Amino acid sequence: MSAAVDKPRLSRAHELDLLKQMIRIRRFEDACAELYTQEKIRGFLHLYDGEEAVAAGVIPLLESRDRIVSTYREHGHALMRGVPMKAALAEMYGKQEGCSGGRGGSMHLFDRATNFYGGNAIVGGGLPMAVGLALADHMRKENNVTACFFGDGAVAEGEFHESLNLAALWTLPVLFVCENNLYAMGTALALSESETDIHLKAASYRIASEAVDGMDVIAVEAAARRAIQAVRQTGKPYFLECRTYRFRAHSMFDAQLYRDKAEVEAWRKKGPILRFRGWLEANHMIHPEDIARIEAEVAAEIADAVAFAEAGTWEPVETLARFTYAEGTA
Amino acid sequence: MRKGQPDRLTTGLMQQIADRSEPVELSYREAVRAAIRDAMIRDERVFLMGEDVGRYGGCYAVSKGLQAEFGPERIRDAPLAESGFTGAGVGAAIAGMRPIVELMTVNFSLLALDQILNSAATLRHMSGNQFGVPLVIRMATGAGRQLAAQHSHSLEGWYAHIPGIKVLAPATLEDARGMLWTALQDPDPVLIFENIVLYNMMGKLAADAGPVEIAKAAVRHAGRDVSLITYGGSLWKTLEAASLLAAENIEAEVIDLRSLRPLDDATIIASVSKTRRAVIIDEGWRSGGISAEIYARIVEQAFWELDAPPGRVCSEETPIPYPRHLEQAAIPQASKIVAAAKSALGRGG
Repeated sequence: MSAAVDKPRLSRAHELDLLKQMIRIRRFEDACAELYTQEKIRGFLHLYDGEEAVAAGVIPLLESRDRIVSTYREHGHALMRGVPMKAALAEMYGKQEGCSGGRGGSMHLFDRATNFYGGNAIVGGGLPMAVGLALADHMRKENNVTACFFGDGAVAEGEFHESLNLAALWTLPVLFVCENNLYAMGTALALSESETDIHLKAASYRIASEAVDGMDVIAVEAAARRAIQAVRQTGKPYFLECRTYRFRAHSMFDAQLYRDKAEVEAWRKKGPILRFRGWLEANHMIHPEDIARIEAEVAAEIADAVAFAEAGTWEPVETLARFTYAEGTA
Repeated sequence: MRKGQPDRLTTGLMQQIADRSEPVELSYREAVRAAIRDAMIRDERVFLMGEDVGRYGGCYAVSKGLQAEFGPERIRDAPLAESGFTGAGVGAAIAGMRPIVELMTVNFSLLALDQILNSAATLRHMSGNQFGVPLVIRMATGAGRQLAAQHSHSLEGWYAHIPGIKVLAPATLEDARGMLWTALQDPDPVLIFENIVLYNMMGKLAADAGPVEIAKAAVRHAGRDVSLITYGGSLWKTLEAASLLAAENIEAEVIDLRSLRPLDDATIIASVSKTRRAVIIDEGWRSGGISAEIYARIVEQAFWELDAPPGRVCSEETPIPYPRHLEQAAIPQASKIVAAAKSALGRGG
């Protein structure tokens, strides 16, 4: 795992929690896939399997007053941020008890209570919003960090470049977190970028950046700690590229014709959960009963969430137009 | 605060400046500037952001002098990144600021359409009412300055297609001065379209002119024979047409829509029900335009009141050309409006 230089104090409790959070996300996504085949979840469903170390490594380091802008592959971010699992799952069912009232579905998880600003399904579209959230904090001299997650596909969008420029030009406290999983849907990074070393792009906007092994939760956590500290202290943006891999298809409609099964298998062997658990075991920091306990706790939470979503109610058709505008204004 | 009603702060300011109720001569541009300045003074959450709004003073000189008064943080020059800074306006609004984003022209606003449609207009509904976007976006629209096919179109009707936003078209000094503050009080995104030929228009306005309501159309000229329904830069051509018609003993009623979304159906239908004839004048294109929407609403709601099919005067179905004679031929003119009104009255056209 990571060199000791930037290693935080690694307590056994903390490590077990990191492992649990990654397992929690993985099992949740497994459940979502299963529920999709049962047609409980419809529409597009983008799963986070393989990328858990990014959310688990970055998000717990943020303060509750900080802000998060995410993408359509955001289940893991939402869970790490503290959006209740049952509210997230009910949202995917389209039930009004969902975290967006059932209006948004899998791609649009929102939660004001945790400053979770979606769930943006236009690739790159969340970056300008993150700049604006940080601009508001900058103008009011509030020392908040806005963490903005996006994939390697967003790097090709104009909004990516506009947003990096604005954040640097105006000295805004944005933590850009690129989850580079090597594919923009089915287009390999090398087929969409002239420069595939993504974090270098930040340099052209004079933004401090680093690339980190996104399959190594401890490395991600250490880098994120440096990054968040830098943003908080300087008020300037920081760019963190997490090199990761998506184990499952892009969405449930993806036959994965664009990559070899062997490639997926090779990455699975480097999987963040497998790797971290192996490291904990090799260092005798985890016992089989710990794993059993974690799996049992996660399974119980998921079962509760499924029951909650199942018991959820459909929004009456009569309120379809509600909240197109604020109540009482239109 | 209820729409159109001054809040306590406004009332207080109005009392302080009660001696300033004398009309003063000013341009539409100065009225918009006064509105921005007033909003900046009243509410520290308000800031203006856009291309060349600061040091340059605004492409159409609307914000001239404001950066010297309010500083570069609040009169914020933005790079040529329409989607980026419009989206930044969305984010800042969600976080509690009251941004005014200026897009240089409606044609450039297309570069920000993703943020306007996919973010600003959808966030409240999509998030189950957790995140509203109290953002005001101003932009210039319309032809008449020989700026050719990438600076002269009238796309406000397109924007009026989008649920989740409001679309305003101030045609008078009073509205140029008064709509902005009311728009800033709105909890949802409001787009304000300023027709470029109006910026130099001079007129008198009370020095203490204040906020106006933004949901109702206005009858700018009463008449009983035909309803001429328009907005923005075409209002003045339509009023000119009404004068020409009056010389032929035709009393035209001129409706200034003021708001394209929502449309004030009640005022439109009341007028048409009285005159029994209608002509819609729109600088946008005819096909699929706002004129078609208004036409449909008249037919849906007042079909049996009509004595003749409604008429339309719109821009020709072509990009706006550069030479003045072609540009003027492409957009509504008083002569065309007169002809359409007479046609609706069965008096040739």
